[in-house]
Parts: sequence; C-alpha cells; structure tokens
Amino acid sequence: MNKPLIIIATSAAIGALGCASMPSPQELDQQALAVIKSSFRDQGIAKVDRLNQDLGQQACSSDTPPSEAVAKQIETASLATIKWPSDGQYLGDWREGEKLAQNGRGMTWTDPTTSNNGGNCYNCHQISKAEISYGTIGPSLYQYGKLRGVSDPASPTSAPIVQYTWGKMWNSKAYAACSNMPRFGHAGLLNEKQMRDIMALLLDPKSPVNQ
Amino acid sequence: MKRSMQALAVMTTALAAAGLALAQQTKSAADGIAEYRAMLADGNPAELFEAKGEDLWKQKRGPKNASLQACDLGRGAGVVKGAFVELPRYFADTQRVQDLESRLLTCMETLQGFNAAEIAKTPFGRGEQKNMESLVAWISAESRGMKMNLPQSHVKEKTMYEVGKRAFFYRGGPYDFSCASCHGEPGKRIRMQDLPDLTKNPGNGIGFAAWPAYRVSSGELWGMQRRLNDCYRQQRFPFPGYASDVTIALGVYMGVNASGAESIAPSLKR
Repeated sequence: MNKPLIIIATSAAIGALGCASMPSPQELDQQALAVIKSSFRDQGIAKVDRLNQDLGQQACSSDTPPSEAVAKQIETASLATIKWPSDGQYLGDWREGEKLAQNGRGMTWTDPTTSNNGGNCYNCHQISKAEISYGTIGPSLYQYGKLRGVSDPASPTSAPIVQYTWGKMWNSKAYAACSNMPRFGHAGLLNEKQMRDIMALLLDPKSPVNQ
Repeated sequence: MKRSMQALAVMTTALAAAGLALAQQTKSAADGIAEYRAMLADGNPAELFEAKGEDLWKQKRGPKNASLQACDLGRGAGVVKGAFVELPRYFADTQRVQDLESRLLTCMETLQGFNAAEIAKTPFGRGEQKNMESLVAWISAESRGMKMNLPQSHVKEKTMYEVGKRAFFYRGGPYDFSCASCHGEPGKRIRMQDLPDLTKNPGNGIGFAAWPAYRVSSGELWGMQRRLNDCYRQQRFPFPGYASDVTIALGVYMGVNASGAESIAPSLKR
C-alpha cells in the first residue's frame, strides 16, 4: 500500500534537482562510450573498428578488476584460442628473436602495413644482460630459461614451461585476464616463425639470456 | 635569463621529488636525464615560442583583422595570467567544457574570423597549427609557477572528469592498451623513459602540469593536444580529432588529478 507513494516521492525529488544533478554511473558509461566513438577517425591502417571491445577488453577497462568469475571466464575462453605450433617445434633462432625483441614497431597509423611488426619486448621487459635500455612494465626475463631449470627445451621435463611460454605469448589473457601484455598470436601481431625465434631467445640454453 | 634560472630551479625541484618517489631503481637513468635537462634548461628554446605567442595574441589577424586580446580564457576577456592552470573548464557561451586549444579555436573563429574546423583539420606544425604552438607556449608561461586548480563546480565539469576517467581506462586496439597500461602505476618506464602515474599526484605534477613542452628530440613545441595525439598513436588506437571531446575529457581527468601541482609549462622534454 505504501509502495506507490514512495515511488512518487522519489520521482519528485529527482525532478526538483533537474539538470543540475550528476548523471548516474550507468549514464556516465554510456556518455563516455559516445564520446569515445565520436572522437576518433580512421588514419592509415588504424581504423575506428579498433575501438570495438571484446569481453576481456571491456571487463578490464576500469580501475577495479573484474569479478573472479568473469576473470575465470576470460581466461578459459582465451586458453581455448591458443594455436600450438603446427609442426610441434617450439624453438627457432635466438638471434632472430633478439632482433624482434629489439624492434618496437608495428600497428600504429604511421606503419605502412599490419604484417611487419616487431616484438616490442624490450619496451617492457629486461631480457639480455647486454641491453640496458629496457622497460619495467613487465617482469625481468633475464635468465628466463635458466632460472626455470630448462637445460634441454626438447625434454619432457621442460614441456610445461615451454608450452606455458608459447601460450603466454599467443594469448597472455589465458593466464591473467587483465594482463598488460598484448596477445601476439591471437591478435595476429607475430607469425609462428617469429614466435619460435622469440621463444628461442628466452629458452635456448645457448641464448645470451641464459648465460 | 632570470626566467630560465627560475624554470631550472622549478624543474630541478620537480625532478628531485620524482627521484625520491622512484627510489633507487631508476636512479642512474633519471640522474642522467636530469643532468641533460639542466644543461639545456639555461636556454629553453620554448622561450622563442613564448615571445612569438605574445606577438600573435596582440597582432590583428584573420578575415576580421582583429587581435585575440578580447578572448575569454575563463578569467574574463583578455585575462591571460592564471588562466592556464584552470583549464579545461566550462564556458557558458559555448556551453562546453574546453581546454586551452579548443578555447583558442573558438576565439580565433569568433574574434578573428578564422575557420575553426579548418584549423582542427590542419596537420600539426603547419599553418595556423604552427601559430597555435606559440600561443599555447606563451599562455601557459603566463601561469608558470602557479598551482593547478581546475574548477569542478559545474555539472559538465564533473561529468567530463568521469568521462575522462573512463576514457583513461578504456582498453582497445590490437595491443589491448589503455592510457592506464603505461600510466596507471608509479615507478614504471618504457625502455629508459620514465612514465608518470597520471591517476594521481605527483605523477600528474610531472606529467600533465609539464605540458606544453619543447621536445629536444624533434625540435618542436608540443601542446597537450599533440602530446595526447602521439600517445594514442603509440597506443595503436585510431586518430583522435584535434580538440575532440575525448581529448578534453582526458585533460579534465589529468588536470583535476594534478590539483596543487606547480605548473612548469612550457617545460623541456627529451
């Protein structure tokens, strides 16, 4: 019996505040999305469809992380996207891997194509001891294989860490829903050969990383 | 010369504070950069832009052959001192929240008869965009040493802060980056470049409050619009329109987060 009266009273209060009141959090979400969608334009290879978010991008777009259930959902879905090497070979040439790790180019509107990307690795990680110009957004990868006891990457005992490393590079969100790291395989940033070469940089016992 | 020394003192203080916050980890890199800046700060080339900007403000130009001296930057027509540290803010005449550059576009159109849309479409460093660099250098310099103090009383100003916060954390593109990917934590860097945490002070005191800036590496004076444009390029996003609402909203978010930080603009960057 009391309910309708309360609703009327609440509506009146909102009406009295009029346009001086703040939009609700949901309305602000909508406004923000509208502002973002109307503020950008295509330039070179960087088209406005890059603003369209998948579930993971959307769930990781605030200062509070998603719920455990949503995070788990993202990780499970991401794990299922990982394409393992077609010929079972995980490691290539660490020298080529070092070149890719150094190369920070790719996918900006000043890059001519979408298929000539570097690995961008040193932007965020320490990797070899010799390169002192490295970023700190990601963890240090110096002695990556050595610290994990990888003396023979082809041995069955090395398989879990070798596969994890491949998976992490292919789709980092499989292991941490809101990882800062790009999804190099899933987003088509690097091809299988390039992935193998960076794998070798990290895991080949002969790579300078593991000295 | 005296002004350069003051700028140097301000910059050294800011760097010392930043150094403390970052502790030992980046000491050698930060020290090297600080030394490099100190060597250059004695004659920050931004001063050349400032001088030209003051001339441009007073000079009669454009189809209406008028100066910008009647332009209201938020503190009343023609008041330049103190305007920069309160921008972006709400303007009743346009009914919009505007940053320094979008406000200048309004004044250049209404007072001088320029076509604001044409200027917004002009590439950085060319035509009227080149004049914009000098104008923002001078206008920001007139507030040098003052504390960032963006108004947040109008509902549109508060709304733009919330929109800016959401834009700051918005992930997208082929690398899944948002502004927060690089600027959401203190003490991080890309290669050797220290990254300010733009979600709070002091990060914003050395980030937002340090632009416009003269960039030694390119020999150019960059306003906040150009700074944000290149951030989005490296974020692998599409192209943000000049003076678009997303750039203004980000300005409000960063500027409010920088409240109380001393403005050292136009500063000197690598």
